[in-house]
Amino acid sequence: MAHFDENVRPFSNEWLNERLAIDKLKCVLSTEYWIPKNINFLWAMGMVLAATFALLLISGIFLLMYYQPTTELAFDSVNYTIMSEVQYGWLWRHIHGVGASVVFLIIYIHMFTGIYYGSYKRGREIIWLSGMLLFVLFSAEAFSGYMLPWGQMSYWAGMVITNLFSGGSLHANALVEWIRGDYVPGQAFLSRFFMLHVLLVPLAIIGVIVLHFGALRIPHVNNQDGEIFDFDESAELYKAGKIKESKVIPFKPVFLSKDIFVIGVYFILFFYLVFYHFEFAMDPVNFDPADSLKTPTHIYPEWYFLWSYEVLRPFSTDTGLVAFGFAQVIFFLLPFLDRSPNVAPASRRGLFKYWFWALLIDMIMLTFMGKLPPEGIWSTIGFVAASIFIALWVAFPIITATEKKL
Amino acid sequence: MANNNKDRRDFMGMALGGFTALGGVGALYAMKCTWDVLPSVKTAGFTTLNMKDYKENELVVEKWRGKPIFVLKQSPEMVEKLKKEKPDDLKRLIKVGNGYYTVCIGLCTHLGCIPGFRPETSDFLCACHGGQYDVTAQVTKAPPPRGLDVPPFKIEGEKLVLGEEGPEYKKMLEDGITIQA
Repeated sequence: MAHFDENVRPFSNEWLNERLAIDKLKCVLSTEYWIPKNINFLWAMGMVLAATFALLLISGIFLLMYYQPTTELAFDSVNYTIMSEVQYGWLWRHIHGVGASVVFLIIYIHMFTGIYYGSYKRGREIIWLSGMLLFVLFSAEAFSGYMLPWGQMSYWAGMVITNLFSGGSLHANALVEWIRGDYVPGQAFLSRFFMLHVLLVPLAIIGVIVLHFGALRIPHVNNQDGEIFDFDESAELYKAGKIKESKVIPFKPVFLSKDIFVIGVYFILFFYLVFYHFEFAMDPVNFDPADSLKTPTHIYPEWYFLWSYEVLRPFSTDTGLVAFGFAQVIFFLLPFLDRSPNVAPASRRGLFKYWFWALLIDMIMLTFMGKLPPEGIWSTIGFVAASIFIALWVAFPIITATEKKL
Repeated sequence: MANNNKDRRDFMGMALGGFTALGGVGALYAMKCTWDVLPSVKTAGFTTLNMKDYKENELVVEKWRGKPIFVLKQSPEMVEKLKKEKPDDLKRLIKVGNGYYTVCIGLCTHLGCIPGFRPETSDFLCACHGGQYDVTAQVTKAPPPRGLDVPPFKIEGEKLVLGEEGPEYKKMLEDGITIQA
C-alpha cells in the first residue's frame, strides 16, 4: 500500500497525486515531453488533425440526435429536419461536411511532410504504419458517412464500391451480398454503415490515435534537418536553464503555443469555408434522393479518393482492381522500400528529391483526371498518370539504393 | 515442485487457449451469420413478369431484388437480322411463347451503373465509363468485361418468374452466356 497522508484535503493536488499521480502524468504527457526546436509549421498538422477530429466528433453527436437511419427517412431527416427545422442544424452539418473534406487535405499534408523529411524511417516505422492505418480508418469513416444522407451519390457510391469486392472475374457476388445484407444497398446496408460510422470505426480511430501518439514518445519527433541527438542530454540542459544551448523545448507550454497559433490560423480558414463555401463539400447529385432505378450520368467519389479511383479506372476490370489494391497498400511499405540510410529533407537527398515531387505531381494529375469524364485525351492522360504512379513505386527501392550516405 | 507447478500452469494455459479459440471461432461464425441476407429479404426476391404486356422495340425497366431489369421484346426483323449476323448473341434472348426477349439486369458489368437504351441505334450505352452493349445486351465496347447478366428465370406459360432457376436458365449458365447473378 502506498503512502497516504490523512491530513490532505480531498481533491487537492496532493490528494490527487496520491491517487492518480497527476504531476507525473503532466510531466510525461506535456511539460517534459521534449520537442526539437528545429521544426516548422508543418509539424503542427498532427494537432490540427486532432482539433478537426474533435470538431467532427462534436458536430457528429449533434447530427446524430435528429438523423434517422432508415431508407425512407434518412434523406429528409438530413435535408429537411436538420437543415431547416433544427436550430443551428445547418451549422453542425456544414462543420461535419467541411471537416470531413478538409481533414483529408490535412492528412495528405501530414503524410507528405513525413515523406519529404524522411520521418517514416529508422525507429519511426510504427509511427508511419499507425498513421497509414489511421488513413485507412478515416477513409472507411468518410465512406460510411457519405452513405448516410441516402442521396443518389450515396446510393450509387455504395453500389460501386461494394461491387469492387466481387473481385472482378472472381464473381464473388455472395461476398458483395453479404457485405450489403441485401441484393442491393438497402435498409440492412444503411443501418450497418450507420453503426460503422458512429460506433465501430470512430472507436478504432481513437484507439489508433492513442497508438500513434504512443509510438511517437520513444523515437521522438523528427526535425527539419533529420538531425539525431540525445534528447535526455538536451532536456537536462533545458531544465538547468541553458535554454539557448538546448536543442529541445517542452511540449507544454512552449511548443503548444506554436501549435495553437497554427490551429488558430487554420480555424479562420476552416470556419470561412463552413460559413461561406460549404458547398464545395456538398455534391449536388446527393441532393436527389436515392433511386435504385436511375443512375447519375457520371459517378465519381469525393476529391480525396479521386487519385486511387483513377488508378483503378483506366485499366480493364481485373488489372484495375490489382492496381487499385496496389495503390491502397503501397504507402504502408514506404519505410521498408526506402533503402537509403539518410534521414534528411528530400532537397538534400539524391534522386529521391525528384521522386518525391514526381509522386506528388502525379497524384495531383490523377486527382484531376479522376474527376473528368473518361473520354478521349482525358482517359489517355489518366492511363499514363496511373502507369507512372505504379512505375514510380517500382523504381523507388532502386532510386533510394543508389543514394550516397550524407 | 517448481517443475510440477509449471506443468500445471502450462496445462491451464493450453486449456484456456483452446477454449478461447473455440469460443472465438463460434463468435466469428455468429457475427458472419448476423450479416447474412435476412430470410424476409430472400423470400421477397421473386418477381413475375407477364410477357404479353411488352411491346416490340420498347424498353421497359422492371425491378427485381432492388435491381433494374431490362425487358426488351425483339421484333421478328431483329431476330432475323441476329440469326444472320450474330447467331451467338441470339442465345442470349429468352423465348416465351412466340416472342424473343432481351431480359437482363440493367447494371453495367464494369462498375454497376445503369446503361441507357438508345432506340435509334438499338443498343445500350453506359455513360459512366463509355461501355456499350448491343440489342441483346452483349458487350460491344470495353471496359465492361461481359454482357449484361441474365437474372435467374423460369418460364411458366406466358409468364417469366425471376429468382427461380428454370432449365432454360441453367442451359444459359452451362453455355457460359451469363454468370450466376
